[in-house]
Amino acid sequence: MDNTHETPFIEIEGLYQIFGKTPKKIMPLVHEGRNKDDILAETGHTLGLKDINLTINRGEIFVIMGLSGSGKSTLIRHFNRLIDPTQGQIKVEGEDIMQFSIKELTEFRRHKMSMVFQNFGLMPHRNVLDNVSYGLSIQGIDKGERYQSATQWLDTVGLGGYEEQYPSQLSGGQQQRVGLARALCTNAEILLMDEAFSALDPLIRSEMQDQLIQLQNELQKTIIFITHDLDEALRIGDRIAILKDGELVQIGAPVDILLNPADDYVRAFVKDVNKARAVPVKTIMKHTVPLITDSNLKNALEQLSSPSGNHHYGFYQTNEGFQGVLTASRLTSALTTRADGDVLPEDIVNTSTITANMSLETALPHALVSSYALPVVDEEGFYIGELSQDLLAKTINGSIS
Amino acid sequence: MSESSWLTEFPQLERRDLIDIRKGLDGAYRSFSREYGETIENFFDPLLAFLIWFEKLLINSPWWIVVAVIVAIVYAASRSGKLTLGVLASLLAIGYFGMWEDTMRTLSIITVCTLLSIGIGIPIGILISRSNRAQSIVNPILDIMQTMPAFVYLIPVVMLLGIGKIPGVIAVIIYAIPPVIRLTNLGIRLVSKETLEAATAYGATPSQRLFGVQLPLALPTIMAGINQTIMMALSMVVVASMIGVKGLGQPVLKSITNQYFTLGLLNGLAIVALAIIFDRVSQTYAKRTQKHLEGHNNG
Repeated sequence: MDNTHETPFIEIEGLYQIFGKTPKKIMPLVHEGRNKDDILAETGHTLGLKDINLTINRGEIFVIMGLSGSGKSTLIRHFNRLIDPTQGQIKVEGEDIMQFSIKELTEFRRHKMSMVFQNFGLMPHRNVLDNVSYGLSIQGIDKGERYQSATQWLDTVGLGGYEEQYPSQLSGGQQQRVGLARALCTNAEILLMDEAFSALDPLIRSEMQDQLIQLQNELQKTIIFITHDLDEALRIGDRIAILKDGELVQIGAPVDILLNPADDYVRAFVKDVNKARAVPVKTIMKHTVPLITDSNLKNALEQLSSPSGNHHYGFYQTNEGFQGVLTASRLTSALTTRADGDVLPEDIVNTSTITANMSLETALPHALVSSYALPVVDEEGFYIGELSQDLLAKTINGSIS
Repeated sequence: MSESSWLTEFPQLERRDLIDIRKGLDGAYRSFSREYGETIENFFDPLLAFLIWFEKLLINSPWWIVVAVIVAIVYAASRSGKLTLGVLASLLAIGYFGMWEDTMRTLSIITVCTLLSIGIGIPIGILISRSNRAQSIVNPILDIMQTMPAFVYLIPVVMLLGIGKIPGVIAVIIYAIPPVIRLTNLGIRLVSKETLEAATAYGATPSQRLFGVQLPLALPTIMAGINQTIMMALSMVVVASMIGVKGLGQPVLKSITNQYFTLGLLNGLAIVALAIIFDRVSQTYAKRTQKHLEGHNNG
C-alpha cells in the first residue's frame, strides 16, 4: 500500500520513555548510545522506548507487534497520553498533543480517540448498555440519545438483547464485543486496541478479527492495534511495525515483513509463518500477460504482441467481463477458416479465475491444474492481474527476495 | 547517675527531671485548655445542640412511632421480612425490660458518631488513596488511634471539654473511625487499573473517575469499613459512659461496681441487639446495591 503522498495523520517523532526516579537526567546517557542493560545497571532506570519514529495514515490498520516487554503497551498509551513520554513529539493532524492543556486533552480523549483493552476494562458495576454509552455519558449527553446510539452499536457487534446484563454475566468474547462497541460509540476517528483479542480463545479470536476487518471496511477508522501474535498482525494489518526491546526494528506492509525481514530477529519471527496462508494473492499479483479486448480475430492476435515481446496466450475480456484464455495457435488456426471473423466461444480456453483477497493457499489448487497463469478478477468479474505459478512457488518456498 | 551502675541498672532520667517534664507538659496543656477551652467548646456547640435535639426526639416521641420508624427504615434498607420481624421483636423486648430510654440515648449517640465517622473518614480515605505520602503519614496515626487505650486520650479530652456528650462523641470517633478510613483507602486502591485507565482514556475528569468508577467499585469494601466502624462505636458505649455519656453503658458500669449480674446482662444484651440491627441492616443494604456482584455464570 503506497501512502507516501498522503499527509501523515498521526506522527511520532523521536519518542523516548524512561522509567525511574529522574528520567530526564538519564537522557544524555541514552543519547550517548548506551544500551538498556548498562543504563539499568548504572542508574536503576529502565529504558522503555528508544527513538520511536512512525507515521500512521488516515484509515489504515497499523499494527504494532512485539513480544512481552518490548514496550508495545507502553507505546500505545502515548497516543492518548495515558503515559507521557520522557522526550519526543506526538502529532495528530499536525497538532502536537504534548502541548495540550488538561482541558484540551480531555476533549481530545472524548472525541478523537477511543480505546479497547486487553482485559476489556469494563466497569463491573454498570450494565452492558451503560458500559457502551460510558463515553457519551461523561460527555454529558442525555440518556435517551446515548442509549439509542449504544443500542445501535450493540446490534452492530452482534450483542443486541444483552443490554441489561452485567459484564460478569458475559463470556470473554462477548465482553470484548462490549469493549469494541464502547469504543465505536463515541464516533472517535482513531481506535487504539491494546492486545484487544489476546485474552480470547483462538476460535473467538479469529471471529473477532473477521468482525474487525468487516467493520473497518464499513467505518474506515484509523486503527492502532497492538499484538504479540504475528499471524494476527499479518491478518488484519495494513502496515506492521515490529518492536523489540523498546526499539522499532521494521515498519512495512505485511508482505514486506514476510518476504523481506529487516534483520535476524524479524526473520526468526517470520520463519514459522505459513506464507501460503498469510499472503494474499494481490501482493504478488502481476500484470504481464496481454489483455485482449478486441473481438476481431485479427486484431486479437495483434494484441498478443506487446512491447515486451510476443506472448503465446492472452486473457480475453469483453464488456461483460473476463471470458478466458486465447492462445496464439488457436487464433491463427481460426483465422485460416474465418479470415475476417470474430472470436467465437469455441476459440476460448476456459480457465478458473481467482480473487485478489484470496490467500495463496486457496489459489494453489487452481494453479496446479492450469497451464496458464491464473487470472485475478474483481467482484464484477473483470480482470485486474494474474498470478504466475512460478512466483507462487517462489513465494511459498520463501526464496523470493 | 553514678559511673559504675549503668551496667546493672538502666540509665534513668532523674526523678526530679521527670517530674519537671510532667509538670511542664501538664501545665502547658492546662493553660492551653484554660485559654482555648471555651472557644473549642463553642465550636462544638452546634453538634451538642444537635445531639440533644436528636436524643430528645427519640425519647420524647411516643415509643410506637419510634418503633414504627425504625422498622420502616430497616425494611426499606433490607427488603427482608424476616430481618424486619427480628428487629421489631428485639425492640419490643428492650422496651418490655425497661431499657427503652437508655437504648434510645445510645442509639442517638451511636448514629451521630457513625455519621460523623463516615463524613470525616471517607474523605480522608479518598485523600490517602491518592497519595502514598499522605498514606504513610496517616497510617501510623490510625495505628495509634486503634491501640492507644481509650482512657489515655480521654484525659486530655475531658480536661479540655469537661465531662459530657461531646467528649464522649470525640472518644468514640477516635476509636471507631480508623476502619472506615483504612477500608476506603484499600477499596479505592483495589479498583482495577485497567478499568480506571479506560475511564481516563474516554476523557473522564478526576471527579468523574472518583464518583463514577472508584467509589462505586470500592463500595463493598467501604461498606465493610462502615460496618466495622459501627461495631467499634457500640463497643465504646461502656467506656464513654465513664465520662458521663448516658445510655446503656451506665447501667453496665453500675452493675460492675455493684455486682448486679442480671442488670449488666440485660443491658449488655440490648447493646448486642443494637449491634446486630445495625450490622444486618447495613450488610443487606450493601448487598442489595451491589447487583453486579451476583451471577458469575460465565466467569
